[in-house]
Amino acid sequence: MAVQTGHSVDLAGAMVLAATSPADWLVIAPVAIPIIFGAVLLIFRHETRPQAGVALIGLVAGLVCNVLLLMRILDQGPVVMTMGRWLPPFGISFTADVLGASLSLVATLVVAVCALYSTSDIGTIGRRYGFYPFLMLMTAGVNGSFLTGDIFNLYVWFEVFLISSFGLLVLGSEHRQLDGATKYAILNLIGTTFFLTATALLYGAFGTLNMADIARKADSVREAAPLTTLAVFFLLAFAMKAAAFPVNFWLPASYHTPRIVTAALFGGVLTKVGVYALLRTLVMLFPPERELLSGVIAWVAAATMIVGVMGALSQTDLRRSLGFVVISSVGIMLAGLALGSTEGLAGTVFYAFHSMIVMAALYLLAGVMNGLGGSYSLRALSGLYQSHPMIAAFALLLMLSAAGLPPASGLWPKVMLVRASIDAGQPWLAFAVLATGFLTTLALGRAFILAVWRPQAADGAPAATTSPALGYLTIGVFSLLVLFMGLYPQPVIDVAERAAAGILDASHYIGTVFPEGAQR
Amino acid sequence: METVLAITVGIFFAVSIYLMLSKHIIRILLGVSIFGNAVNLTIFTSGRIVREVPPIIPVDLDVPAGITANPLPQALILTAIVISFSFFAFLLVLAFRTYQELGTDDTDGMRVAEPEGEDLPPMGY
Repeated sequence: MAVQTGHSVDLAGAMVLAATSPADWLVIAPVAIPIIFGAVLLIFRHETRPQAGVALIGLVAGLVCNVLLLMRILDQGPVVMTMGRWLPPFGISFTADVLGASLSLVATLVVAVCALYSTSDIGTIGRRYGFYPFLMLMTAGVNGSFLTGDIFNLYVWFEVFLISSFGLLVLGSEHRQLDGATKYAILNLIGTTFFLTATALLYGAFGTLNMADIARKADSVREAAPLTTLAVFFLLAFAMKAAAFPVNFWLPASYHTPRIVTAALFGGVLTKVGVYALLRTLVMLFPPERELLSGVIAWVAAATMIVGVMGALSQTDLRRSLGFVVISSVGIMLAGLALGSTEGLAGTVFYAFHSMIVMAALYLLAGVMNGLGGSYSLRALSGLYQSHPMIAAFALLLMLSAAGLPPASGLWPKVMLVRASIDAGQPWLAFAVLATGFLTTLALGRAFILAVWRPQAADGAPAATTSPALGYLTIGVFSLLVLFMGLYPQPVIDVAERAAAGILDASHYIGTVFPEGAQR
Repeated sequence: METVLAITVGIFFAVSIYLMLSKHIIRILLGVSIFGNAVNLTIFTSGRIVREVPPIIPVDLDVPAGITANPLPQALILTAIVISFSFFAFLLVLAFRTYQELGTDDTDGMRVAEPEGEDLPPMGY
């Protein structure tokens, strides 16, 4: 009941009174559009035929908004929108800076291309299980994680994409999937609960959950609160999410079990959210603590790279081998986090773009190879060069890219990371990156020789003669991007450097959320 | 009061970690459930403990008259409870299906996705 008190309240002290300008709604569009489409697809999940088309429309709309958002941010700096019009520390802020918006763009792109591939891979049963609603909600969760400016909200988005990924992972309920999903679900839930613990302690120390607010208060809170402990908690929680050694065991147990397009999405997108969260918390919120922990992070990075690629070398199954390549790519990204210089972090960001695209493409390629050769095993696959030379070309380009060799996209981020390691006086980290590149060349080169170059076995099943048009199209799109980033990397390097500079010096980010400056 | 809650939280964490170290899925799930409650209590304690004073501003004032209870941790815990409850429900069904299909809830016995004694990749052709 509204009571007439004759008591006028000055709302300007608590609320944003100006209407949000239409352009600012772009900040939530990459999240809101997938949620709306996901909800609609969930309502009509029994109408299996139009599901894929509607999902693609939603993803393309999200992609357009992402492009516009990134262009606006590159032009005018970070954009903020606070929910419910409360002034920032009280309302939940969505704060899009170059790092978040660019990763969100690449993630949506990868999801959209994978969704195109899924139209042939996911049949009526998969659609009835709700593949497309889960796909849209996972996209919303991933984009929300990249764009939110509130640490508890980040936790909520983590859970959104996690529960959607469970749905995608058990799609079909085969024995292998149930086995893989059990391990994936339990270990990831423990990881995010660690993240929640860290958030609770952070709230106890700061009394705020807004990232910009935390960043500007960190210096005054530092004497009184154990921020290093907090940073270690965040490191553990997000390293688990990113599958860094020694908390990576859920990944090889599960990533080869689902449908290949799901594996492509997971391998491409999900681990990078963990890396992003590490960058956001350790570099932007707790820089002195990151400095202190940089030795530990460097060792974790090197161990993740080497252990991952060793696993890849020991696998016969192409998908399981790729799961380990994903792990070693996480190690390479962590190397930049350990160095903490602008160039190192830019290398990490560039590597994240590259890795999202290349890993998704490699999984899709494995799916196409399985469709043609009838198996994922390196013992059974053979003769693809004779029957499908285009597949051989794609395979060569993508494998060169994953190994970090020219002319593909993996070269430049590795050059940046190696140079940053040497500049930082840690040549052993540069050596680890290069050794990982060499071993990845061996692992993937062997897969290429066996599956593509080896002549068709006399007793083996003949490769299918039909060419998978959607496979060619989707892998072709990814290959073009890989080639573009390899031959003309400067625009991508510029974006990555601006992303790194934006988290290293958070004053612009804070100034966007609190335009009047530090008033408290 | 904080001391008592801190000790309770510590016990919860210890029990949940002990249970999560088990090989059996059902014990791990019980551990996960207690883990979630331990974190909720941590959030509650982080918000500072105050007697049950509702955070309502009297009509003729602009700020609360005295110290009131902090409503934010309750909102956070409510969110966390909803999330952890739905996850727990999903995990229980998943574990039960896995037990039905694989015939075991011992993680050492769950080797369908990663079979033992697999072939190594061929050395050449």
